[in-house]
Amino acid sequence: MAKELIKGNTAVAEAALRAGLQAYFGYPITPQTELLEHLSARMPELGRPFVQAESELGAINMVYGAACTGKRVMTSSSSPGVSLMMEGLSYIAGTEVPAVLVDVVRGGPGLGNIAPAQGDYNQIVHGGGHGDYHMLVLAPASVQEAVDLTVLAFDLAEKYRNLVAVLLDGSIGQMMEPAELPPMQPLKDDVPDWAVRGTQGGEKRILTSINLDPPAQEVMNLRLMTRWQEIEKNEVRYKGYFLDDAEYIVVGFGTAGRVSLSAVRAAREKGIKVGLLRPITVAPFPNDVLDELTEQAKAFLVVEMNAGQMLEDVRLVVRGRKPVEFFGRMGGVVPFPDEVLTEIERLVKEPLTTEGHPRDRWLARLRETIG
Amino acid sequence: MQQEVIIAGFGGQGVLFAGQLLSYCAMDEGKEVTWIPSYGPEMRGGTANCTVVISDDEIGSPLVKNPTAVIAMNLPSLEKFEPLVKKGGVLVVNASMVNREVTRQDIKVVSLPANDIAEEIGSPRSVNMIMLGAMLANMDLLSLDAMDRALDAHLPERHKKFLAGNKAALRKGAEYLASEPVEA
Repeated sequence: MAKELIKGNTAVAEAALRAGLQAYFGYPITPQTELLEHLSARMPELGRPFVQAESELGAINMVYGAACTGKRVMTSSSSPGVSLMMEGLSYIAGTEVPAVLVDVVRGGPGLGNIAPAQGDYNQIVHGGGHGDYHMLVLAPASVQEAVDLTVLAFDLAEKYRNLVAVLLDGSIGQMMEPAELPPMQPLKDDVPDWAVRGTQGGEKRILTSINLDPPAQEVMNLRLMTRWQEIEKNEVRYKGYFLDDAEYIVVGFGTAGRVSLSAVRAAREKGIKVGLLRPITVAPFPNDVLDELTEQAKAFLVVEMNAGQMLEDVRLVVRGRKPVEFFGRMGGVVPFPDEVLTEIERLVKEPLTTEGHPRDRWLARLRETIG
Repeated sequence: MQQEVIIAGFGGQGVLFAGQLLSYCAMDEGKEVTWIPSYGPEMRGGTANCTVVISDDEIGSPLVKNPTAVIAMNLPSLEKFEPLVKKGGVLVVNASMVNREVTRQDIKVVSLPANDIAEEIGSPRSVNMIMLGAMLANMDLLSLDAMDRALDAHLPERHKKFLAGNKAALRKGAEYLASEPVEA
């Protein structure tokens, strides 16, 4: 199929539709709104339910109910809206039903602004909702990757009866790139053996997240964690650039990853042996490849559009064996490649240490530049 | 090979569409391309701009600090982006909307009264195409014939009546050649 020039938000919406989305529930919020807008036209056209809920709370609980029928369902929002969904997400996790969430992250905390950011990493990757559960988190860095990962999100959600989040930022949501959209999949008509189907007098199926018997709840928790271990084993995805002979390794996801790619190329032109590891799944995190790279690397630079959230996941793998430095911009500021290049050059020129915390050193430098 | 273009002006001057047309053309010519708008609250009644990156390889950052070309459709855009054009790059200025000369000596400058030209050719809404034509004539990026094909393929159906006017505007703008940089 030919490529189209298409906006990230619209592309995700159309990809979800073509992946067989059977019901959408959401509430508008910038910089995500084109996603909902596109589906508000396309879903009714195809005779599929689209509901603009009264709020994000309403939307996520509608997703919860619809997910219990085994249909392909999703919602999408941006940071403050996703915060409102946290209770519902935990309930969905606790009920072990599949659903897809798209978070087009904006500057925060609070109402913040509508500029691109990655400040939701901890909320999406390390929890947010209460209790022991994990979302599988896919972090595209281009419109094409957003399309491909949206389709994958539905497959993975069903395969593992697990929540899957597509973690974008405002930049990928708003930008246009050529992308090839997937073919239209037929809607699935099978009812999973766990789904409620409203048959009168048939076998009773109860889906709930309440479990008042702690030992039984513990068994359920064990099942969730076993499933997560399986996901960790099977579903790690990443992309490496210039890693073969890299002495210095930049780690960044999404927009921070592609900004870093520009910086890495510029550094290569200056003869610096630097590569880029761009996690595509941030949960599960690409621990094994990072562990291997720790053997090879002289030092790491983590680049994020937040105050160093993925940084902690990198440090857990590197475990002080090699120096890790950090560069981030916060609050909706997107770094330019030359800022990252300066950090790469600093890595090469300045004495490195495994002592202290890279965030402290970065904050000290940042205070000098932005006050 | 990568080139970056920032197109800036008031909302309503066709800034975003000019960038999209450039992007369509690049895509149809088999290039990698990104188009990203400024989408902050400043868009409302104020200035608008978009950044287009065109490359033979996978594109890294969709935003650039120092683009190889800038189209400044009005004075605020000239003020903001003149200092940022990459040395040796191209700055296209809509002389109808600014009241000063360009001061940079190390870039190519094309200054043309695009609003007046648009009126002259009887296509007052094609200021953006005139500016685009002037830019393309002064850099090695995409040919005017390729832009014609992009217009044929991607101009929305409801705007097809502007097709001939747009093509004429591209070529009219392309008649304006840049001053060479004094200090390269």
